[in-house]
Amino acid sequence: MPDATGLELMARELREVEPDSVLDTIFFRDRATLLISPGSVRAVLAWLRERGYRFLASVHGADYYPDEPRLGVLYELLDMERVDRLTVKLRVHTEEPRVESVTPDWPTADFQEREIYDMFGVRFEGHPDLRRILMPEDYEGHPQRRDFPVGGEPVLFTVNQALGTHYPD
Amino acid sequence: MPEVSEYRRQEESISLSPLERRPPDLDGEEGGSRAELLTLNMGPHHPATHGVLRLLVELEGEVVRDLRPIIGYVHTGIEKTAEDKSYWKVIPVVERMDYLSYYFNALAYCGAVETLIGVEVPKRAQYLRVIHLELNRIASHLVWLGTSALDLGAISMFWYCFREREQIMDLFEMSSGQRMHTRYFQVGGVAEDIPAGFAEKVRAFCRVMPERADQYGAILNRNEIVVKRLRDVCPLSEAKLLELGVTGPLLRAAGNPWDLRKAAPYCSYDDFQFRVPVGSAGDNYDRYAVRLAEIYESVKIIEQALEGLPEGPHITEDRKVALPPRHELATSMEALIHHFKLVTEGFRVPPGEVYYPIEGPRGELGCFVRSDGSSKPARVHMRDPSFVNLQAFRWMVKDNYIADLIATLAMLDPILGGIDR
Repeated sequence: MPDATGLELMARELREVEPDSVLDTIFFRDRATLLISPGSVRAVLAWLRERGYRFLASVHGADYYPDEPRLGVLYELLDMERVDRLTVKLRVHTEEPRVESVTPDWPTADFQEREIYDMFGVRFEGHPDLRRILMPEDYEGHPQRRDFPVGGEPVLFTVNQALGTHYPD
Repeated sequence: MPEVSEYRRQEESISLSPLERRPPDLDGEEGGSRAELLTLNMGPHHPATHGVLRLLVELEGEVVRDLRPIIGYVHTGIEKTAEDKSYWKVIPVVERMDYLSYYFNALAYCGAVETLIGVEVPKRAQYLRVIHLELNRIASHLVWLGTSALDLGAISMFWYCFREREQIMDLFEMSSGQRMHTRYFQVGGVAEDIPAGFAEKVRAFCRVMPERADQYGAILNRNEIVVKRLRDVCPLSEAKLLELGVTGPLLRAAGNPWDLRKAAPYCSYDDFQFRVPVGSAGDNYDRYAVRLAEIYESVKIIEQALEGLPEGPHITEDRKVALPPRHELATSMEALIHHFKLVTEGFRVPPGEVYYPIEGPRGELGCFVRSDGSSKPARVHMRDPSFVNLQAFRWMVKDNYIADLIATLAMLDPILGGIDR
């Protein structure tokens, strides 16, 4: 992990190369996070790759309801030589949840971006095949959002329909 | 000079070159060759898919030209369920994701929560965790080996592997009361100290297991069918694997010794001497050999952990996180209050978010937990290695025979419970 000072230095260098890319730095429990603007994600990740973070371990989403911007996408980067991890985080609004896809640069993000699209509704622009991955293709809504209701899911068996035991609409 | 039988001479005279010939350029140089492709649906219910995995395969004759995995058939919304439960009640839920490596799921989650709270895990608990993790790794590899050999047509391996797995299940039952999904790991330590006699039983198992693994090797390593089905079949280069985010035995088979237990030790793994088996070619045979070799290393770790098992508490003394011992409830009002608070509301976790990666049997298993300060997690996400590794499958089997697809899927070792969560 870069320490708190290292993180600040990295953020400053990044700001020089990519103005307005770094919004904030978070250092929590010895873990470093860069909060970046959604538009600069590809440039930032490409710059970090030059710095040794060549392995994208994970991409996942989060919903910060009721804070705004609500949706978050987190990229867990790993430098295998120095055994160093860094989290890159960005936040987008639910009205315009658009982020540039990093799949062209990092093929491992393919399924994971699809999962975030499926669960949170973040649209990744430039993704080669942005479809739902875990939920059925005709499913409505994005179930991992915090305001998505739990329960009341109709069971898709025809027998339930015939018996009238399916959930009311 | 050994005499070559008539049958063997005839067998060797057969040339497969017409089948192996690459087709005319697929991008349409000879016009319409893509129309010759047959799209075949495999699964979701197919015994060789190791779960409910559906594959759309584009075939040209017997050669796979493209493949798309379709998943989500066992999606149960565990990550959503976890958001509705207090922290300690999430453990049994996440254990059910990758159902062969439940101890690993529990550790990834507990580790993330422990990091968020900043609670120290006692040394004895860490060693007990290591013992169970490595037993679980062996059990997971045994299920993989048994079912994979079954895919290659060797049914007896299945019985042998499950015989040893049964011993491990018995050990789990002895320490926690459950054979699977044991809920043994708690935030701050483990649920209970090991019972009397457990250590001896584990030692006995550790004496038997390397012998059994030798026997598996004797059956499979130089078995002509196994070698022909696995050696030089569907290799993938280290660079490509890294690009696709593949970790675990698949990456190590390609020669990269990346193992989080060595690289970034957690849970006292730096106390133990063990080696990281690596392959060289990155083909199916190396994937098999690496996992088989890992069984020996796991046994070594268990033996060392039993040998050096420190005395002390098995769970943190922090009463805000862990339940007080049963006997205190009768004598201490404070213990009763703590017990009541923990069982009703659960403990609160300071706000923050943490990604906690560990080395699962299939690769990097990371758990992301976000806390908003309440007693329920605001987000739990498992970076399941099977989910990420599955992306490499297409690149492994492209331009290979469909029979090799089955063998490669077996060597990929995907667990659909972990993929779909």
